Parts: sequence; C-alpha cells; structure tokens
Amino acid sequence: MPGVHDRGGWPDAGLITKAEHELSFWEKRTDALLVLLSGAGRRVIRVDELRRAIESLPPEAYETMGYYERWISAIETLLIEKNVLTKSEIDHKAEQIVEQRKIETGE
Amino acid sequence: MHDHDAPDSHLPIEADAELTYYEQRVEAIQALLIEKGLLSADDVRRAVEDMDARSPAVGARVIARAWVDPHFKQHLLADAKAAIATLGIDVDTWSTLVAVENTPTIHNVVVCTLCSCYPRSLLGVPPDWYKSLNYRARVVKEPRTVLEEFGLELAPDIEVRVYDSTADMRYLVIPQRPAGSEGLSEEALAALVTRDSMIGVTQAQEPSP
Repeated sequence: MPGVHDRGGWPDAGLITKAEHELSFWEKRTDALLVLLSGAGRRVIRVDELRRAIESLPPEAYETMGYYERWISAIETLLIEKNVLTKSEIDHKAEQIVEQRKIETGE
Repeated sequence: MHDHDAPDSHLPIEADAELTYYEQRVEAIQALLIEKGLLSADDVRRAVEDMDARSPAVGARVIARAWVDPHFKQHLLADAKAAIATLGIDVDTWSTLVAVENTPTIHNVVVCTLCSCYPRSLLGVPPDWYKSLNYRARVVKEPRTVLEEFGLELAPDIEVRVYDSTADMRYLVIPQRPAGSEGLSEEALAALVTRDSMIGVTQAQEPSP
C-alpha cells in the first residue's frame, strides 16, 4: 500500500480541475518562509525534511488540505521538532495577532 | 474554506476579513522567526518579490533559442544547466535539469507524482492542476486521455513519454517549433512558447497568420 502522497496511478482519480488561482499573500509568504529557511546561510529546514513532514500528515488531512496548508503545517512541525519554536509560543503569538487585528478593525 | 459548492459571491473580500487558521499560523511563525533574528521582514519581502519575478517567459527564452540555434539545442539536451547558463541565466542553485525534446514521433509530458517538483526558476510557480491529486494520479496511467482533456489529441503512432520529477531532478519539455513560424524573430518565437507547452500538456501556439 503506497503512502497517501504517492499518487501515481492512484485509483478512482477524477477529472483534472484546470481553474487556476493567483497565489494569495499568505501562500506566497509560506513559500517565502520555506525558501528562506532552506536557503544557503540558514539551512534550518531541508526540502526533503519538508516532504517527510508533509508525507507524515494523516491521510485524510493530506487529501483535504490545500497545498500551502500542507506546507505551513509541515514548516510548523519541523520548527517545533528542531526546537526553533514551541507550539505554545506559536499558539500564543497567533492569539495576539488575532486580538491585535480586532482592535485595529474596531470589532 | 474549501467549499466547492457555494461560490462566495455574497461575501465581499475584505482586507480586514478574519484570518483563517493557516493565515494565523503563517503570521505567527513569521513574527516569531523575526523576533528571534532568524530572518527579517525585508528577507520575506524580497523572497516574495523573487517569486513574483519568475515566470514562464524565462523558459520561453530558452526554448526560442533552441529553435533557432541547433548547437544550443544539442547543448541543452546534453547538459541543460550548462546550456542555460550560457544565456546569462543564473543556475547556481538549481537541482539537476533535464530537457526533453518533442519530435514528430515522440511527445513528452512532465509530472511530479509525489508532490509538485517543477522547474520553478524557468516557469515560475506550478499551476494548481499540476499539483492536483488527479493530475498526479492519472497522467502516468492514462497520459493520452489526460492530454485530450487539455485539448491535445495525439495520433496513435506517436509515442508518449511521461517524466516523473523529483526534488533532485526536474524536466523541461522542448515543444516542437510550430509550422508557419519560419522567419520569425527569436523574440516573436518566444511569445509562442506557453507554460503548458513546456510541461508538455499542449503544443506551442501557432503564429497568427
């Protein structure tokens, strides 16, 4: 049984949706974070590590998540694994960001 | 957020709309990495700009040169990175690149069944369908049917070759030079070379009469 990422010849695949979308800002930033973290001078994350983290997602998550949703989840997993960041640190920062936006938008 | 049934036409897209879960994670991770001095906001901005600057026009330039210069084409087929470097394109950070040529008897098409590996330096970011589970599943199994869905009908005697990319090896299709393009300038030829023709799901465009 191949892994969920190993899609070549996967049975019951349907029509290919050809609609394209311009990458949104958060998607571009996710891409940029990987490029920077994996680039010369930093080498915090290697591209094959990113793949391993993506391929380790639960099969159902892999199949339903968007492309860059898989990426940012894998980047988070790896940064925590490597003790660069902690989950609670990220949770806390995310809450702060949401609160800050509420203040800025006057909610 | 992947609601395919209901187009959200009633929801205006607002700059201050609530952040999705994943947007929050990106914002938080970026902010923390900046706080810890691992990268700067400028680094991120520049990386996004670099990404926006890469487009299929770079690849089209390479193909147009191959069409007009047989020596360059031989070099491209033998050692793609070295050949492309002679055009002044910086290939230092690239993984191995292999150019494959479409001929009247052979048609090549590229996929990455495992993920989304793609010659981004030459073609920009891959289109959504290239990354889709259905393209990755089907093009290796029933390439002719998939190509027909892209509007490309190949005669049965044309051999179809499917190349499966990896992180370390990526592929560039050299489409056939279209009929009626004799005498066009290299620049005009490059305008006929589409992204999809360099992936191999279509032919290059024909020149307008």
